[in-house]
Amino acid sequence: MVQLRLPKNSVPKGGKHFPAPPGATKVKTFKVYRYDPDSGMNPSWDTYDVDLSKCGPMVLDVLIHIKNDIDPTLTFRRSCREGICGSCAMNIAGRNTLACIHGHEECPGDKISISPLPHMPVVKDLVPDLTLFYAQYASVEPWLKTETPEPQKEWRQSPEDREKLDGLYECILCACCSTSCPSYWWNQEKYLGPAALLHAYRWIIDSRDEATGARLDDVEDPFKLYRCHTIMNCAQVCPKGLNPAKAIAEIKKMLVDRVV
Amino acid sequence: MATYEFIDHKFDVVVVGAGGSGLRAALGCAQAGLKTACITKVFPTRSHTVAAQGGISASLGNMGEDDWRWHMYDTVKGSDWLGDQDAIEYLCRNAPAAVYELEHWGVPFSRTEDGKIYQRAFGGMTKNYGEAPIQRTCAAADRTGHAMLHTMYGQSLAHQTEFFIEYFALDLIMDEGVCRGVTAWKLDDGTLHRFQAQQVILATGGYGRAYFSATSAHTCTGDGGGMALRAGLPLQDMEFVQFHPTGIYGSGCLITEGARGEGGYLTNSEGERFMERYAPTVKDLAPRDMVSRAMTMEIREGRGVGPKKDHIFLHLDHLDPKILAERLPGISESAKIFAGVDVTKEPIPVLPTVHYNMGGVPTNFYSEVVTKAGRDPDKVVPGLMAVGEAACVSVHGANRLGSNSLIDLVVFGRSAALRCADTIKAGATQVELKPHMTDGHLARLDRFRNASGGTSTAELRLEMQMAMQEDAAVYRTSEALASGVQRMNAVSAKRPDLKVTDRSMIWNSDLMETLELDNLIGQAVVTVTGAHNRTESRGAHAHENFPDRDDKKWMKHTLAWFDDPTGKVKIDFRPVHDYTMTNDIAPFPPKARVY
Repeated sequence: MVQLRLPKNSVPKGGKHFPAPPGATKVKTFKVYRYDPDSGMNPSWDTYDVDLSKCGPMVLDVLIHIKNDIDPTLTFRRSCREGICGSCAMNIAGRNTLACIHGHEECPGDKISISPLPHMPVVKDLVPDLTLFYAQYASVEPWLKTETPEPQKEWRQSPEDREKLDGLYECILCACCSTSCPSYWWNQEKYLGPAALLHAYRWIIDSRDEATGARLDDVEDPFKLYRCHTIMNCAQVCPKGLNPAKAIAEIKKMLVDRVV
Repeated sequence: MATYEFIDHKFDVVVVGAGGSGLRAALGCAQAGLKTACITKVFPTRSHTVAAQGGISASLGNMGEDDWRWHMYDTVKGSDWLGDQDAIEYLCRNAPAAVYELEHWGVPFSRTEDGKIYQRAFGGMTKNYGEAPIQRTCAAADRTGHAMLHTMYGQSLAHQTEFFIEYFALDLIMDEGVCRGVTAWKLDDGTLHRFQAQQVILATGGYGRAYFSATSAHTCTGDGGGMALRAGLPLQDMEFVQFHPTGIYGSGCLITEGARGEGGYLTNSEGERFMERYAPTVKDLAPRDMVSRAMTMEIREGRGVGPKKDHIFLHLDHLDPKILAERLPGISESAKIFAGVDVTKEPIPVLPTVHYNMGGVPTNFYSEVVTKAGRDPDKVVPGLMAVGEAACVSVHGANRLGSNSLIDLVVFGRSAALRCADTIKAGATQVELKPHMTDGHLARLDRFRNASGGTSTAELRLEMQMAMQEDAAVYRTSEALASGVQRMNAVSAKRPDLKVTDRSMIWNSDLMETLELDNLIGQAVVTVTGAHNRTESRGAHAHENFPDRDDKKWMKHTLAWFDDPTGKVKIDFRPVHDYTMTNDIAPFPPKARVY
């Protein structure tokens, strides 16, 4: 994936400026990455001077305000607006996060840049193509595997065993972590990335799952797993406060343990 | 008009929507060996089921004795006797098996000390036919919907369901009253698709975004309801809109009823736990319609909190911080982010907020869509099913109980799949689709794509949302509803004046929001018209000019048709099924609904 130079048609060129309306009291400038595949043009950076007194506290509120009142062509994914669906992941002021739970007051400087999640193909504006990311998630076979005949009622699981899933099952597949990882930028066609590996561990550690060995075999690979170099960007940016790097380290520990 | 070409697909079953009910239906159809497609406008785990918090009801009896009959009684009473009792029996009997199935798929439920699924108390859930609150709601902390949706998506990856992700469904392909498929627009390359199927299952969710303030996601635009109306089918009981008592003041984000299930309580400006006055037996665990009304009364009578005295406090600060961290971590975080509140120290400012649509596409308990034809009130529409919030089966009647929606999703998603397996032959020959069946779909798309009037989508949407918010609220009056009907008719009439700026086909979110708005408008119109027409109070429909329930005149379902070109509404009725499915239980006759 990594290319040292952007292809010519990906280099941002120019961009429109949308000044604040007359009488605006609390203005902040948002510099937004724009790309329209239908136009045949290069991407651009458009700047919007937004009157913050007209919108809510989050960056998503700003984007919706731009779309509703300034420029209806601006395109981004959004759904739940409360940090649980993972749609509005993007890079805000240089950091991957969810626009819906990231306050615009939290962003330093007078000019806030907003761009799609880094190092993914861009479909349009702030919408990245996540096909590969989803395929990697699917590749860890994220479902419970058992051999023992199913009980009439639930599988029993102690509160202590259940607690092992905390910090893992809450992942919302927003892709903030994977797309912040330099190792993933470099080797994303082979390295599974933090999100998929966090899910791999979620099933490995589930006391009900009976395919632990096969799951470990599957990730024991110089690229799939061992391209994690504990850079820790994943844990830094996770908008849900999870620590994929720790999950990856736990998998590595289990692989060591089963050898010795 | 520009020329548009369809890319054709043929399946046994096409499910529209990939939330809880859509995934469950698609999974079941695939398991039954039917060639199944699931088309969805958002990636499956982004569907709004993901935001369900508190839990899923089923009489497992893990926390003490329970019985599906008690659950059934509570649901009938919760519905204010507008629910169909045969469907409610089906729901409650099948609920435990559905929860065990989810657990077997891997849902990370919270656990009791002996390793069983943890269950918490929820509004309107009682033991022994209304005696006292019961713990019936199975929970994965306060992220139950998230845990379910992710697990079900994982499970469907293990099966043969074919997903068509970020395809926006346009319209149902209708042929002389039979549904033959659905058309859709693929966002990432701008192509149009024609999905032919023996059975189409609508699992498109609710239309909460018809209102200004809703717990619902931006994507909750009830696209299936809009498509059904355009196909000439009626929607049922649309006047029943649930307000969740505890949306965060300002943002409208949800705070689960499970917060009260774990011991939270509401107070007014005098610090009084006012629910004790309104529901002496169950107090803060009364059903949502009653709590929302009580809160509204308190605010109206000057006992609201805050500088404007316009909201209420929800207290969790008396609970053990360890319990909060273990059972309510998600809402603790939401309260911090959206209200700046540390729940271990301060109350959360809350307000009743639009949350759920009891109404929808009418179905029987096989999930087959029904309509009224002549004197037959249960005429099945061949080729079409509906499940989940998009449907009105009707198990929730005039008011849904908390945690009954997640169970509705999986029980009726499963019922739809079972019915498909029973009635469809895999790979059977299908009739040839004719251009005239889809010409209207393309004309509509092209009309909106090139709309160049004077009203932006955002403007008209806001006008609709304000009309609904102000005139079809928790309490309704004849005057407000008449105004609402008039305002919504005006909104509907402005559709030809819409203006779309983006003319492209790839990820044109301006056009998509406009198509969604069109879907919302038809449903908003029938909602407010149905509300104006229903001159009684029942469940979530609290009509101040007619404060009593009127079983003689109104124990019946509203059916509303919307004539898209003229915006005219036609209203008719279907009888409530006041009989059960089997002889194992007698129907519960109507009585006063007190808690």
